[in-house]
Amino acid sequence: MDLNYGPQYEDFKKEVQSFCNEYKDLRFVDSSQSPLASDGKGKHGPELTRADWQKLLIERGYFARSVPKEYGGYGGDPDIIKSRIIATEFSKAKVPSGMGGQGIDMLVPTLLELGTEEQKQKYIMPTLHGEMIWCQGYSEPNAGSDLASLQTKGELIDDEWVINGQKIWTSTAQYAQMMFCLVRTEPDASKHGGISYLLIPMDTPGIEIRPLVDMTLKAGFNEVFFTDVKIPATNIVGNRGDGWAVANATLSHERGSLADPNATMNRVNMLIDLMKEESIDGKKLIDIPVYRDKLMALQGKVVAFQSHSLRTLSSKINPGQDVKLGKMIQKLVGTELRHELEGFAIDIMGEIGTLYEQSPLLRDGGSWQFIYMYFLGLIIGGGTSQIQKNIISERGLGMPREPKVKDS
Amino acid sequence: MYFGLSEDQEFFQENIKKFLDDNASVDIIRKIATDQPELQKDIQGGLISLGINNLLVPEEYGGLGLDILFAVAVSQALGSGIAPTAFVGSYVMAPIAILNGGSEDQKKIYLSDIASGKINFAVGFSEFIGAREDCEIVYDNGKLNGRSIFVLDSNNASHIMVADKSGKIFITTMDSKGLTRNHLTTVDKTRSFSEVIFKDVEVELLEKSKDAISPIQKSIDAGRVALAADTLGAAQEMINKAVEYSKERKQFGRVIGSFQAVKHMCAEMAADLEPCYAMVWHAAHCLDEEEEESRFMSCHSKAHTAEVGKAVAKKATEVHGGMGFTDLLGLHYWFKRIGVNRQLLGAPEMVREEAAKIQKLI
Repeated sequence: MDLNYGPQYEDFKKEVQSFCNEYKDLRFVDSSQSPLASDGKGKHGPELTRADWQKLLIERGYFARSVPKEYGGYGGDPDIIKSRIIATEFSKAKVPSGMGGQGIDMLVPTLLELGTEEQKQKYIMPTLHGEMIWCQGYSEPNAGSDLASLQTKGELIDDEWVINGQKIWTSTAQYAQMMFCLVRTEPDASKHGGISYLLIPMDTPGIEIRPLVDMTLKAGFNEVFFTDVKIPATNIVGNRGDGWAVANATLSHERGSLADPNATMNRVNMLIDLMKEESIDGKKLIDIPVYRDKLMALQGKVVAFQSHSLRTLSSKINPGQDVKLGKMIQKLVGTELRHELEGFAIDIMGEIGTLYEQSPLLRDGGSWQFIYMYFLGLIIGGGTSQIQKNIISERGLGMPREPKVKDS
Repeated sequence: MYFGLSEDQEFFQENIKKFLDDNASVDIIRKIATDQPELQKDIQGGLISLGINNLLVPEEYGGLGLDILFAVAVSQALGSGIAPTAFVGSYVMAPIAILNGGSEDQKKIYLSDIASGKINFAVGFSEFIGAREDCEIVYDNGKLNGRSIFVLDSNNASHIMVADKSGKIFITTMDSKGLTRNHLTTVDKTRSFSEVIFKDVEVELLEKSKDAISPIQKSIDAGRVALAADTLGAAQEMINKAVEYSKERKQFGRVIGSFQAVKHMCAEMAADLEPCYAMVWHAAHCLDEEEEESRFMSCHSKAHTAEVGKAVAKKATEVHGGMGFTDLLGLHYWFKRIGVNRQLLGAPEMVREEAAKIQKLI
C-alpha cells in the first residue's frame, strides 16, 4: 500500500491548488442549460463565460488533458494520477470543472480511438470548446435493456445513408448540432453484427424532435424521429456492422463516470451543513440521534466507495492488479447510493423536503428533490440496476445465463 | 501509488488459508464446537508456527515488525477459514497496547514473550468502550477490583490486560490470586470469551496509559479494523459457497444459479462487499501512516463491514435453501462468526456515534 503519488506530482498538485485558489470565486456571466452543471456563483471572483472557462482549462491542461493539440486538446501524456489530482483539487475548492456532456465524455474518446483522421479534425475541437453539442442515439422504444435489438434502419443508397426509425431518451437533442447514433445497416447479419455507428447532423431534413418530459420536469429528454434522413456515406465510425463494438468502447466509459464518489461525498458534506441549520421543535437535525445515526451509516457507505475508487484507480496504473469485479459494481453501487443519500435529505426535512421549482421556503435550490429523481433516471439509464446485477453475476461470479426462451 | 495488498501479504494469506484447509475442515470445527474443544490448541499452535503471534512485535523484541495492514490482511484470511484461534485480542490489540502504552522495560519483557510464544494475553476493554452496570473496574494502590465482561481470547491465555473507564490498562497473569474466570458461551464456538472477576488482584499498570488514552484508543482502533477484516474474509467465503452451491443445486430442471432471483442476490452480496476491501485496507493504512484519519476510518470500517456482513450472512444462507439452515453444511459457523464480530468492541450504532463525535457533530 502506497498512497503517495510521488514528488513529481507534489509540484503539480501545488500548481493546481494555486489555480483553484485564483478561480475559487469564479462567476459565469452566461447561464447554464443543464441544472446539474456546476454553478460558479461566487460574488466577487473573476467573471467568465462558460466557453472562455473551458478554453482556459484546456490551455492549462486541466481539461482534455490527453487529447492531442492538433485536435484542440492540451496534448499531454495520459496520466491518471494527474487527472485524479485535478478532479480532487477542483472538487475540494468547489471550482467548476469543465463542461461535460455526451460529446465530450463519449464521442471524443471514441473518435480518438476509432475515428478517421478527417473525423478527428472536423469534430473534436469544436466539441471540446462546447461549440458543437452532441446527443446520443442509442435507445429505442423497443430496445432498452436489450439495446442490440434496435431497429432504426440505415440503407446505403448511392453515396448516402438513408435513415428511418425512432430513438428515445435522447437528452440534449434539442440543443445538439450532431448525434452519434446506432443504426441497423446489415439486416441479414446477426443481431450484434448488423449495427453501424453513424454521425448525423441534427439539421438534416427528415429529423423531428419531440420533447419527452421526465419526472424531474427539468432534465429534458426527447424522442427523435427519422424519415428518409440522408447523410453522407463517410459519416460512419468504424466499419459497417462494427457499431456494437464501437459503442461498447464508450458505454463502459459512461458507466464509470456516472457516479463519482467525491461528488457524492460533497453532497454528504452539504447534508451535514443542512442538518446543522434546520431544526424541528427547537432541535437541530444533527442533534436528533436517529437522524445522526442514519447520516453516519450513509457516510460510512460513501467512505467505502471513495476508498474503492482509489483501488480501481490503482488498478489502472499498476498492470496486473485485478479489480475486475470491483469495476463492474461501480454503476450499481454509485447510482443507488446517491439516490439513497438525496432521498434521506428529503426525509429529514419533513414537509419542507417536498418543495420544488421556485417555491417559497425552498432549500438548496430544490437540488435534493431534483437529484433524487434524476438519479432514479440514472439507476434505470445506461443499463438498469437489474442489468448490472446480471452482468455482475454472470461475468463477475460466473453464474449461468437465464435459458433462452424458445420462439413460439 | 499502489492501493492494495502486497505480494508478501497475499502470500501470507495463502499460507494461512492452506493451513486451515488442511487442518480446520468443517468437521474439525464441528468437533471443537461440540465435544472436543481441545482440538483448538493444535490449530492455534500451527498458526503460531506460521507467525500470527509476532506480526506486530518489532524486530528488536524478536518479532516480525510488520504493520497493522499486514495484521489486517492476516485477520481476513483467518476469518475466511473461521480459524478457531486467538488473534484479534492476543496478537493485535495486546501488542499494540503494550507498544504504545508500555515503558521500555514493559515492552522488552512482554513483547519479547509474546513473540517467542511464551505468553499470550486475553484482552478486556469493554469497560472503556461502553461500561455496563455492576462491571466496574477499580484500581487502587496496585490492586484491581471489579468485573470485566467479554474478555477476548481468554481460552488458554496466560495473561490478561484489562482497562478501566478512564483507559488505564492493567496487566496480570491469569492465575493471579483473587482472579476468577468464567467461560461465556456465545453462538460462536470458534473463539473464546469470558467474564473475569477481580478481588484485590495485584496488577501492573501499563506505564504510558496512566495519563493518556491514545494507547488504548489505538489498540481498540486496530482491533476494530481487524474484526472488520475477519468479517470481510468470512463474508467472502459465504458468497463463494453460495455461488458454488447455486451452480450445482437443480430445481425445475435448471441449476438455481440460472434464476435471476438467485443471481441478483449473489450480485447484491458481491456489490455490497467489494468496497469493504478497500475500506478496511485503507483504514489499516491510516492506522499505520495517517494518524489524522485513522479513528474516523476505523469506526466506519467496523460499522459498515458489520452491516454488510450481516446482510451477506443472511442472503448466503438463503441461497442454500433448507440446507443452509442445517448443521450438515456448517455454514452457520460463518454466520455466527460474523454475528459475533459485529457486536465486539462496539456494535454498529455505538461505533457510528463515535464516528460522529470524532467529526465534532455531537
